[in-house]
Amino acid sequence: MSSHQAPGQRHQLRVGDSPWVKGLLIGFTLFLTVILLVVPLIAIFQQAFVEGAAHYFNSLLEADTLHAIGLTLVVAALTVPINLVFGVMLAWSVTRFEFPGRKILMTLMDIPFAVSPVVAGLLYLLLYGNNGWIGSWLYDQDIQLMFAWPGIVMVTVFVTCPFVARELIPLMQQQGREDEEAAVILGASGWQLFRRVTLPNIKWALIYGVILTNARAVGEFGAVSVVSGNIRGETNTLPLHVQLQYEDYQAAAAFASASLLAMIALLTLLLKAFIEWRQERSLNIEAEKERQVTQ
Amino acid sequence: MATHLSAADTRPRHKRVLPGLSLSLGTSLLFISLILLLPMTGLVMQSVDMGWDRYWQVISDERVVASYKVTLWAALLASIFNGFFGLLLAWVLVRYDFPGRRILDALVDLPFALPTAVAGITLATLYAQNGWYGQILESIGIKVAYTPWGIVLAMAFTSIPFVVRTVQPVLEELSPEEEEAGMTLGASDWSVFRRVIFPALWPALMTGIALSFTRSLGEFGAVIFIAGNMPYVSEITSLMIFVSLQEFDFPAASAIASVVLMASLILLFAINIWQARYLRRLHGRS
Repeated sequence: MSSHQAPGQRHQLRVGDSPWVKGLLIGFTLFLTVILLVVPLIAIFQQAFVEGAAHYFNSLLEADTLHAIGLTLVVAALTVPINLVFGVMLAWSVTRFEFPGRKILMTLMDIPFAVSPVVAGLLYLLLYGNNGWIGSWLYDQDIQLMFAWPGIVMVTVFVTCPFVARELIPLMQQQGREDEEAAVILGASGWQLFRRVTLPNIKWALIYGVILTNARAVGEFGAVSVVSGNIRGETNTLPLHVQLQYEDYQAAAAFASASLLAMIALLTLLLKAFIEWRQERSLNIEAEKERQVTQ
Repeated sequence: MATHLSAADTRPRHKRVLPGLSLSLGTSLLFISLILLLPMTGLVMQSVDMGWDRYWQVISDERVVASYKVTLWAALLASIFNGFFGLLLAWVLVRYDFPGRRILDALVDLPFALPTAVAGITLATLYAQNGWYGQILESIGIKVAYTPWGIVLAMAFTSIPFVVRTVQPVLEELSPEEEEAGMTLGASDWSVFRRVIFPALWPALMTGIALSFTRSLGEFGAVIFIAGNMPYVSEITSLMIFVSLQEFDFPAASAIASVVLMASLILLFAINIWQARYLRRLHGRS
C-alpha cells in the first residue's frame, strides 16, 4: 500500500502505516497492557470483594482502618501545601532569575526521586531519632518526631517535594518573563503580579503537580514504614495498614483497604487526563486565534 | 535565528525587573537545606563514626553483596524490558489513532499513581501458585512469585511510565521529511525505522531506560511482597537496610544506605549531564 500511492497523498507515507504492521503493533501493545496493567487493576477490586460486600464494608469500618484512613488524609493535607509553596518558590527563582548555582539547585531538587525511599526514611531516623544529634536534643525537650505522625509528614514531604517544581519549571521557562516584566513596569505589586499574571498561566500545571504530590503522599510506603514504628491505630498510614492486614492473612481486608488507594489512583489518572484535555483545547483555541489574526 | 538573538539581547538581562528573588531563592535554599542536605549529614556522621574496617566489613558482607547482585540484575532486566515495552507504547500512542487511545494513554501512568504496596500485594496474589497468572505459569513450569523473577516483575511494573513519557514527546516532534524521503526511495519500513527514526529516538530512549533503572534500584514497596525475601537469593538491598534497622543496627543500615545513596546520586548526575548534552545538540541542530 505504502509504495503505490498517488502523488497528492504522499504525506501519508510513513513508517508502520501498512494495515498489517499497524494492526499487529496495536494488538500486541493492547495485549501486554491488559496483562500488565488492566488485569492487576481489576484483581484489586475482585480480591476486595472476594468475601462479599458485607465483609468489604465491615473491614473498612474497623477502628484501625478508619484511623489509618484519617492519618493518611492528615499527612496528605499537611504535605501538599508545604510542597506547593516550596515548588512555586523554587520554580520562580530558577526560571525568573539567573544566579550562580542555578543548575546545581535544579539537580539537588531531583534527589528525592533518585533516592530509595528506605534510604530517605533512614536519613530522617538518623537525624531526628533519639540517638541523632537533633533527635537527642529534642528527646531532652520531650519532643518525639520519629515513630510518630510528625516524622511521617517529614519523610512524605521529602519524598514528594520535586513534583510541583518539576511540573512548573519547564512551563515557566517556555513562557518566558515578558508578561510579568510588562506587569511590573505597569506598576503591579509582587502579589498582584503573581495572582493576576503568573497564576493564570501556570494554573493547570500547578494543579497537576498538586495531584501528583497528593497521590504519592497518600501512597508512600518505604520511607514511611522506616519512621512510623507501625503502631496499629496510632502511626499506621493506609499503605502500612494494607501490609499489616496482608501479612496477618486477612487478604480480603487488605485488598479492601487497597481498593481505596486504587480509587485515589484512578481519580488521579482521570484528573490528569482532564487537565491534558483542557490544555490541549486552550492551545488549539490560541492557535485558531493566531491564524485569524494573520489572515 | 539572528532575529531571535537580537530580540533576546534587547531584553533587560542584567537589570532585574521582577520582584521576589531573595524571597523565593531564600525559601528554596532554606527548604533544600533543611529537608535534603541536613538529613544527609546524619548518614555521613554515622558512617564516619563506625570506622573504615567495620564499614567495609558491613558493605562487603556476603549476604549484602548477594543483594547488590540481585538488585542490579533485576533492575537491569526490568529496565531493558521497559525499553522495549515503553518504545512500543510510545509508538502506538503517537502514530496511530484507534478507539481507546486516550484510555491507554491515561493507563500508562497507573504504576506512578498506584501506591507501591498495593501493586506489591496485587502482583503477589496474581502470580502466586493459586493466582490467575500463577496457575497458568505453574502448568508450564514457570515460577514467578517468591523468586528473583518476581523482583524483576515488580520493578518493571513500577517503572513502566518512564520510557513512554521520555520517548513520546520526541516522537511527536519528529519531522516527517526524512522518513518520507526514505520511503519514497523505496526503503523498507524496517530500514527507515532503523536508519532514520531510531537514531533520533535513542537519546530519549536511553534516558528513559536510565530513569527506569534508577527507580528500580530503589523500589521497595512493590518488591518485598512478591520477592519471597530469601537470603542470598531474593533479597534486595533496600530490604537489607530495613532488616538492619529492625535489628537496631543503625551503623550497618547507614553503611549499606551510603552505598545505595552514592550509586543513585552518581546515576542522577550522569543522567542530568547526559540529558543536558543531548538537549543542547538537539537545539543546536534546529
